[in-house]
Amino acid sequence: MSDDAPILDASGLHLRFGAVPALDGVALRVWPGEVVAILGESGSGKTSLLRVLSGALAPDAGGVLYRDASGAVLPVLGMGEAALRRLVRTEWGFVHQNPRDGLRLGVSAGGNVGERLMAVGARHYGGIRAAAAEWLRRVEIDPARMDDLPRDFSGGMQQRLQIARTLVTEPRLVFMDEPTGGLDVSVQARLLDLIRALVADLGLAVLLVTHDIAVARLLAHRLVVMRRGRVVEHGLTDRVLDDPQHEYTQLLVSSVLAA
Amino acid sequence: MSAAAPDAAAGGTLAGYNFAYLDEDTKRMIRRALLKAVAVPGHQVPFGSREMPLPYGWGTGGIQVTASVIGPDDTLKVIDQGADDTTNAVSIRRFFARVAGVRTTERASEATIIQTRHRIPETKLREGQILVYQVPMPEPLFRLEPRVAETRRLHALADYGLMHVKLYEDIARQGEVTISYNYPVMVNGRYLMSPSPIPAFDNPKMDRMPALQLFGAGREKRIYAVPPYTSVRSLDFEDHPFKPPRPAAACALCGSRDSYLDEVVTDDRGGRRFLCSDTDHCAGRRAER
Repeated sequence: MSDDAPILDASGLHLRFGAVPALDGVALRVWPGEVVAILGESGSGKTSLLRVLSGALAPDAGGVLYRDASGAVLPVLGMGEAALRRLVRTEWGFVHQNPRDGLRLGVSAGGNVGERLMAVGARHYGGIRAAAAEWLRRVEIDPARMDDLPRDFSGGMQQRLQIARTLVTEPRLVFMDEPTGGLDVSVQARLLDLIRALVADLGLAVLLVTHDIAVARLLAHRLVVMRRGRVVEHGLTDRVLDDPQHEYTQLLVSSVLAA
Repeated sequence: MSAAAPDAAAGGTLAGYNFAYLDEDTKRMIRRALLKAVAVPGHQVPFGSREMPLPYGWGTGGIQVTASVIGPDDTLKVIDQGADDTTNAVSIRRFFARVAGVRTTERASEATIIQTRHRIPETKLREGQILVYQVPMPEPLFRLEPRVAETRRLHALADYGLMHVKLYEDIARQGEVTISYNYPVMVNGRYLMSPSPIPAFDNPKMDRMPALQLFGAGREKRIYAVPPYTSVRSLDFEDHPFKPPRPAAACALCGSRDSYLDEVVTDDRGGRRFLCSDTDHCAGRRAER
């Protein structure tokens, strides 16, 4: 995408859960403005990789480097909890598969969007409300529902609210874990459209974990295919999906149900 | 304690007890916690809270702090909801008169130590005085974050966005912040602190107070402090500044329009009147007239 230095650079990641290798020598780079999808079946190590990259889980070996907005290169593992929290609050975003993990269900939609702003020091009530209303509009939620609780929203709305809450501080890197899982197809299609537009608008770098090849094809520029903790194939999305080289990728692609 | 406690007979206090009830080792442990608390304003310091001869919730934390800082020359005032003559205040005052033999008073200006529950005296406190608060729940975030370990982490990282979300929600739903007591404050620009259940009306008195403020929570086993002349700011938004609430009425006894008032129901036909909650302040004003 960009010939800049990578925003995230991981190398030699190893992680075992007992006898099970979750990550076995994984290396991955993400450049600014790029959407990278991690594809694989359940238990292939996708989510473990995401957690290691975001500093939530320490690997047995290997390192992750993050280049922040000022251009400084920081080691994600071992930067200290305070620095990591600052990153999570300002430059990173997380979209969870289950919106209930990413939202405060007892806090109004506006409060959910405003929380990240307040966490980074916004102290003007009117300003926070205006920003929240603007973001609700951008994710196609009626701003009139701003003071409603997210528990009264539909699944698709909750997921869109989670996206608004994540993007309101304009992060540089967003981690998404199966953002469309558990939604019906038409809602899923609209959500994918929305994510694609926002990502292009904001020039976000996105690391997307999914087992859904259609989602990967629609959103991702590059694809990383994982199996049993190893990267078995990676490359441009269209190249990997149209001309899969590894037998496992061939199996994945051929298993897609045609409508 | 051994039978030959050195202070037991001194100053006409109760025989068989050490001066001010607690043994000297316990007092030393509490004083260490107090020193640390004063050094880090607003930070909750754990301490080994002792079993006291009154139930939790009646001021065990405040009593232990008072017992550790009181000396034979001190003059003690105890207030409960502003009043000197309620059960809690009377019992604690009598307790220290018996176990420490100290002088007691109802005048805030004469006291060197004031132990309080739910109020700050209307009389402006001066340097050299100590205000001891009884605290039921020291953690300001406990209604928002149930995990104690997580609240510690939030304090360590000064991650207080959550508290502002609560204020935001109040304004969004009710048009104003609806916390009328135990209104969270920021101490010295660093630690979020629970001021104990004093009315929000009293919060401004904590800011840059010349007296030393000590907080003891017996059941939760925490001590914290605000040293003299430390900034204490009530949380608010720039466009919704903190406004201490007060009923638009005057005290029925002394006519005060600037003190904190209790609403007293006088009959079952809707009759009610407002009285100063600070009995010492009210009596002083009536004596002047």
